[in-house]
This record gives sequence, structure tokens and C-alpha cells, in this order.
Amino acid sequence: MASDRLQPTRWGDRLGTTLRSVFKLDPILLFFVAVIAMIGVVAGYSAAEQSEAWVERSIVRLGLGFGLMLLIAQIPQRWFFAVAPWLYAMVALMLVAVWLVGDMGGGARRWLDLGVIRFQPAELMKVAMPMMIAWFLARRPLPPRPLDVLVAVLAVGIPTVLIAGQPDLGSSLLIMASGLFVLFFAGLSWWYLGAFVGLVIAAMPVMWFFVMHAYQKERVLTLLDPTSDPLGAGYHTIQSMIAIGSGGVWGKGWLQGTQSHLDFLPEGTTDFILAVYAEEFGLMGLLVLFLLYLAVIWRGLWIAEHAESVEGRLLAASISMTFMVYVLVNAGMVLGLLPVVGAPLPLMSYGGTALVTIMVGLGMLMSIRTQRSFLGHNR
Amino acid sequence: MLDRLHDHGRARRVFRQRILFAALISLVVVLTLLGRAAWLQIAQHDHYLAKAEKNRTRLVVVPPERGRIFDAQGEVVADNVATYQVQITPEHSQDVGVELAMLADVLGLDTRAVEALEERIRVSRRFDPVLVKADLDEVERARIARLKPWLPGTEIVSSLKRVYPYRELLAHVVGYVGRINAEDVKRLDPDAYQGTQYIGKTGIERQYEDRLHGEPGYRVVEVDALGREVKVLDTQRPVPGKDIALTIDVGLQGVAAAALGEYAGAVVAQDPRDGAIRALVSRPSFDPNLFVDGISHKAYRELLEDPDRPLYNRATRATYPPGSTIKPVMGLAGMEYGLIDPDERFFAGPYYQIPGNDHRYRDWRKWGHGWVDFEESVFRSVDVYYYDLAFRMGIDRMHAFLTEFGIGQETGIDLPGESAGLMPSRDWKQRVKQQVWFPGETVIAGIGQGYMLSTMLQLADMTSTLALSGVRHVPWLVADDREPQPRLTLSSDDYWQRARGAMRAVVGHERGTAHKIEAPYPIAGKTGTAQVFSVAQDEEYDAEELERRLHDHALFVGFAPFDDPKLSVAVIAEHGGSGSGTAAPIARQVMDFWFGVEPDADVQPEFSEHGD
Repeated sequence: MASDRLQPTRWGDRLGTTLRSVFKLDPILLFFVAVIAMIGVVAGYSAAEQSEAWVERSIVRLGLGFGLMLLIAQIPQRWFFAVAPWLYAMVALMLVAVWLVGDMGGGARRWLDLGVIRFQPAELMKVAMPMMIAWFLARRPLPPRPLDVLVAVLAVGIPTVLIAGQPDLGSSLLIMASGLFVLFFAGLSWWYLGAFVGLVIAAMPVMWFFVMHAYQKERVLTLLDPTSDPLGAGYHTIQSMIAIGSGGVWGKGWLQGTQSHLDFLPEGTTDFILAVYAEEFGLMGLLVLFLLYLAVIWRGLWIAEHAESVEGRLLAASISMTFMVYVLVNAGMVLGLLPVVGAPLPLMSYGGTALVTIMVGLGMLMSIRTQRSFLGHNR
Repeated sequence: MLDRLHDHGRARRVFRQRILFAALISLVVVLTLLGRAAWLQIAQHDHYLAKAEKNRTRLVVVPPERGRIFDAQGEVVADNVATYQVQITPEHSQDVGVELAMLADVLGLDTRAVEALEERIRVSRRFDPVLVKADLDEVERARIARLKPWLPGTEIVSSLKRVYPYRELLAHVVGYVGRINAEDVKRLDPDAYQGTQYIGKTGIERQYEDRLHGEPGYRVVEVDALGREVKVLDTQRPVPGKDIALTIDVGLQGVAAAALGEYAGAVVAQDPRDGAIRALVSRPSFDPNLFVDGISHKAYRELLEDPDRPLYNRATRATYPPGSTIKPVMGLAGMEYGLIDPDERFFAGPYYQIPGNDHRYRDWRKWGHGWVDFEESVFRSVDVYYYDLAFRMGIDRMHAFLTEFGIGQETGIDLPGESAGLMPSRDWKQRVKQQVWFPGETVIAGIGQGYMLSTMLQLADMTSTLALSGVRHVPWLVADDREPQPRLTLSSDDYWQRARGAMRAVVGHERGTAHKIEAPYPIAGKTGTAQVFSVAQDEEYDAEELERRLHDHALFVGFAPFDDPKLSVAVIAEHGGSGSGTAAPIARQVMDFWFGVEPDADVQPEFSEHGD
């Protein structure tokens, strides 16, 4: 019988099914994510002057991150949507509270001090926003009607404006994107999308003259000509491009990067880790890394396509594309395509809150992949 | 129902399209990023490689040498001495373990220190030197030098360290430097302090930090791919800090400190002709050398918790009631306001009463002084005379006049942390205590007690003003362009002569309170006591100690020679009893040294209970 030939496949299939149903995780996604994280440690070791203590700390952080991801994956997806409106409302209130009584830090009002801990509600909103919009739209006929679109746009817009005013332009754009992605996947008509893009372009001069801070404008201007301010805003971009460009196709080899090691490149383990990696592993290294990122994004979209519930589909697709935006913004900045904003590279940059947010998103993706609604069954 | 199912199917279809679109977009994004990377790494590779080469120069900062501090005679009071440290560069060593073992043996390092060093070497780059031991002594240096052939990775390097040869003698004036801490970083220019380890923390070291520090130089060095120095491309020598000469005379300072003996207290000696401070003593003191490389927590706590408070500058920071030392100034005020005729005799009984009030303000002399004129009131220090004068003058006029003489005002000396003292007024009392001024408070203010507080520096400066009949100078320690102070003028120059003459009689008249310090050169002065009102609660009960702490502080201010004043002195001996018994002889010793007179064996500080 043909079954003999199919035996190994079926065995592998069964293993995957078992992992999915018992441990509630997606082995494919887990694999890509783990490989990227490993590359991050390898590159960070070099950037951190080969400090073993750094590696230890970073592995502990990643361990906690993966633990969190797998924990989130165990939660039935309908629970996310049961709490979505409440979480959204709570975080929105916190943002208002930050506006009123927040702690100043580094010239920006971003933190809420709860006595025991200080945290940024903006980070929580990155999680709450797509959940909320997905919850809202999934309860209405799709594609969404104009009134529903209006409500959703308001739900996206208010926190975005609050966070942009902190000022935290980077976070506000990411949060806006995560909400709009849900609208996009819900089937918002191309006319609306076209109108939105038109609006954004029209709004740019307004932003430039009335909203953006001087330092933000400076960063945009230096992007056009980094050499105009070689010791100030352009310094990062110039040093980063030198590191990457001198890496060539094959790179200088692990631990052999001169630019990152001579302290020419600041923030080598955090926002600019990609430059360290590109210098030492070259274009080939970047190719591997970007394909891994693409694999994560595509796997996320695949999970969205195969999700059973409408809300799960919308949430999974939004998480995947927001992940892409993270990669685009950081890599664009390091490669000198976008202005310098404090944005981490997912799973590579060393840092706490960003890792938590990303891991929560990936955990949700796994949950949507494995947790079926009460009518569902494993396919 | 059908419509909704239809809608559902349509939404599903739209979703699939959008997913595909998103997948396409993400592919385009990744390809764009890769394209940009390819452009940088292939097309622009040579360009950026060249830039990376150029990037390989490094700036090595060379900190400047700190300016030294000298006294008026050119004695070094803050010096820089070379200290040596041994460091090991793993790359140059054949076997780091063996070298470390040898060094541990020679330097007597324990196993824990060696393990810590091994860990440091393991984590640092092979070409970066690792510090093995700082502050090597000569023996250690010699031993390492002898073993040099077997220690290829080991080298001895020198660095400069601040040293205060006079230790506690000048600690309160010169101050000290310490390692730059987070607080210092806020106030200093990071460029100017690159590579600098020390910064002035107190005293002259802090006041003249900018002048002492200098400007750093640098070397531009070429480094190889791993950051080793290959060669020096350019050198800019550092500009050393400027030396500073103080007005202080170390000899006089030493005599003044010795004259205070066991007493806690202060001596300030000033040249009345230009305001230069010749001695500024605060006892007890501390060794500033302890602070240079960071004082141990225990030693610092000991200094802080010492009941004698050695860190407290009693010359410029501590404030005491000026006591009877203000009587000459009070007399000037009385003459100026037309309240006294210096020749008119006044009956001074054993006490004074405000008209219509029962409270008795007692004279220090139980049975009073009888009929006295102004001069007698000063040289016999008649309290009742000044109770009466103060009451008639009122606190408002007193406040105005004594403020002119600097009481309650910072003198403006070039030292950080000077106290203003306090010249009380109605306004001050209302503001601080929310109470009205009582006439009784005016009465005791007349003999420099009550709320009135002054520093020894202020009293020395006030004495200089008296010595030169109103010529004033801001006291100073480092020669500088100083604005001349407007001269104090009174309606008659004779008032000055009266007050000065009365001060001369304090020493010169056989019934003067300080007659026993009469010297071959004419001294004028005024004794005083500062009442000790409250006693700090001692943890351990010690009758003798407690009793000592109840004694008044002894004060003396004076100047000499009377006809051509060259030195003014203010002395406080805490719990010294009386100004005549304790403080005046101390001032005499200071003046003897200054005027080159053999010390008079008869005049020794002695404890006596009251007397002025």
C-alpha cells in the first residue's frame, strides 16, 4: 500500500500535530524565531566586546522571552478577544493618565509610575490595539461599512495622537500601523486606502511645520545628506554605512569587524546591531537574516490565512505585518534609508520591553495557530 | 441569512487576496533592503573600505598637569608627585599565568586578588594593559625592575598624584582634590576633563579649579584593525594648569595652630592694609591626603562622627556670638548717632534695668565698675555701659551700623562655603521666628550676645577696618584684581581715634583686660566671650568633659602695631573660658612671630573662668 511510502511523512505530521495540540506551539515559527535570536546573540557577543557576562544576560532575557511566548501560546485565542475591549480601554485611560501625571524621562512624558514599577503604556498599546480592532470588526459584517470604519479609525487615532504627543513618534506610528493593518485585512475598500495614502502625503507638510520637533526634523534632513552634521545627528548613519559598506559581500568575519570594535559605532548591541552583523557577515549574512525574517512574516500570514475565526485571522495578519514594519524601520535606519528613530530590530536588538512586546505577538500567533474555537477540531 | 453567508464568503475571498498582497509587500520590502545592502556592500564597497581605513585613527587624550599651590614664601602646599603602577599587557607576555604568579610573589598579592586579575585579563582585549597594582613603593619597583627580563608583558608606568605636604595644617584653606564623581560631571566641561582623574572638591582647590586644571592635549594615533596603536600621527601637548600663590604664610599658620594648642577654635590673621589673609587656622583639622584617592568609608565616618568636628571650618563657616569684641564698634555707633560723649562719665552698677521693667541684665563684674568713661568702658569691658547704649540706640540703628562693619555679611573671601553669620533685626525676627522684636533682645545684642552671630573671618575683617580707621578690603587668599571697597566715613575722624585708643588701652592700660599681653610693640585689641547656651547631649556621661563643654568660648581681636597696623588677628578658643586668659595670649604669640619678637615666656594661654 501507498501508506508505507507515506509513513515517514505521516509520522512527521503526527509529531507536528502532537506538538501543536499538547504544547500548543508552532514548530515552524518557533524554529525561525529561535535561529534569528541565536544570530542576535552571536552578533551581540562581538558587539559587546566579547563579554561573556553580556551573553549570559542576553540568554537569560531571551529565555524569559521565549517562556513568555510559549505561555501566551497556551492561552485560548478567544480569551484574547474577551479581554480586548477592556484592555484597550484600560491602556487608553493610562495614556490619558500619562498625559496628566506621567513621569518625565529624557525630555519626554512617557512613563507611568505605579510606585512599584514604571512602565510605558505605549508598549502595552502595541499589543492591545490590533486585538481591539480585530475584536470590533469581527463582530460586524465584512467588508466593514463606512460607520464601522469611522469608529475603527477613531479607535486607532486617539491613542496614536496621545502617544505621538508624548512625544514618541516611533511607537505611535507602529501602533497606528497595527490598527490600520486590521482594517486593511478586514477588506477596507481600495478607495479608502487610496484616500488615506493621499491624506498622509497631504499631511506631511503639516507634520513638518506644526508637529515635528526640531531634533526630528534634523534627523530627516541628515538622512538626505549625512555629511552635513558628521558629529551630530549624521554620525550614526555615517558610521553605520561605513561598517556595512566595508563589510562587502562576504564580510570581515566574526569578531573581525573593525568599525564596531573601535567604538566608532555606538549602540552596537541595541539599535545598530544590524550594522555589526553586516560588517562581519557581509551581504550573504544579510541575505540569510532577511530571508529568515521573511519566513517569520510569511509563516504568520499563512497562520492568518488558515485561522478559523475571523478575529483570529485579522489579528494574526496584523501581527505579522507589524513585525515586518519593525524590521523595515530598523533596517531602513541602519542602512541609511530612513531617519534615525529609536527602533529595535526584532529578536536581535538587546533590550527588554521591545522583546516582551514582540514575544507576546508571536505567542498570540502560535495560539491562533493551535487553539481552535469550541466548534473546531484539528485539521 | 443567505446574504450574510454570501458576505462571509466574499470577506473570506477578500482576506485571501489581501494576505497575498501583504506577502508580496513584505517580499518587496525585504528585496529593497537587500538591494540597498547590495549597493553599499558591492557597488560602494571600495569607497567605504577606504573610509573604514581612515576611521582607524584614534584620539588619545593626555591630561594636563594640575597647577601647584604655594604659600606667600614660595613653600609648596599642594604638590604633584609621581606615583608608579605596574600593569601587564597579555599580548606582550609569553605566559601571563607565570608572569602573574611572579608578580603576586613580589608584590605579596593574595589568591583572591590574583583570581580577580586573571578574570580581568580573560575579559579584556589582549593588547590592552591591565592594572596589577597602583601606588608602588620603591622596594616593589626595584624588585620588579630586577625581574624585568622574565617579565616581558609587565611594565611600570607613572602618573601624577596630588600631595599635601602640610597635611592638617592647611586642610581648611587649600582643601583637597578627589576623584571625579557623578555630581562633578554635571558641572564640568567634558572635553576639558577628558582623561583627568581629579577635581578640586573644597577650599582653594575648588575655588580656583579652572585656573589649576589646565587644558588636555592629545595624540592622534593610527590603530590597526584590532585597535592596537601602530604609530603616532600628531601630538598636541597639554597646557598645564597655572600655579597659585597664596597670601598665607605657612610659618605664621603653624605658629597660630600651635598657639591654639589643645583648644578647638580658629585664628584668622589679616594684613589690614590690603586685606590679604596671612593665616587662617581651624582646629581640629584633618589630613587632606586621605581624600585624594578616595577615603575609606570607615575613616570618613570617623571624621564625620568625631564630636570635635574636624571637617568643620571654624574660621569661615562656624558662627559664634561676637561678644564684647563688638564694643569698640558699638562705641563708634554711639558717638556717630550722638548718643554718647566719650569723655562723659557714666555710672555702671552691677546690673542694668530697662525703665519700667524688673529684669536685671547683669554685668560680668558682680559689683559693677562704678563711674567709667568710654575708654574705660572698652578696656574694662563694662557690660552695663553697652546695655544702656544699645537700649537707647535701638536695634534698627544697631543693625544698620554693624552691618556696615560686615556683621551678618559674607566677606566675599575667595573660598567656598563661607557663612554670613547673623545681624538680627526686627524684619529678620518677624520673617524667621514670626515674632516681634523685644527691647530686652536689643540690650543683650549690645554686648554681642543673643541672636548675633559672626565668623572669625568677619571679626578679623572688622578689626582691620577699625585698625585703619574705616579703610576696608575684601579678604583674599590669591592675588587677584579686587575692587577697592569704599571707605567707611564718620562725621568726625576723632571717633575713630577714640575707638582705636580705647582698644590700645585694653592692652596698654594696667587695668585693661588684656594687659598681660603688653609687648615691645604696641598692641590694640578687645577681649570677649561667646556664651555657650546649650550643651549637646553626650552619649556617655563624663563629668569633666561635660563641664568643659559648658565653658564659654574665649575671644580676642586685635591689631598691631598701634600706630602703623600691619596685622589684625581674630582668635576663638572654644570653651576657653575668658578672652583675656586664653585667646589674647594666643594672639600675642601670632603677632610675636610676625613681628620677629622673641616669645614672652610669661604670656601663655591659661584657663580662667570669665573676666571680660
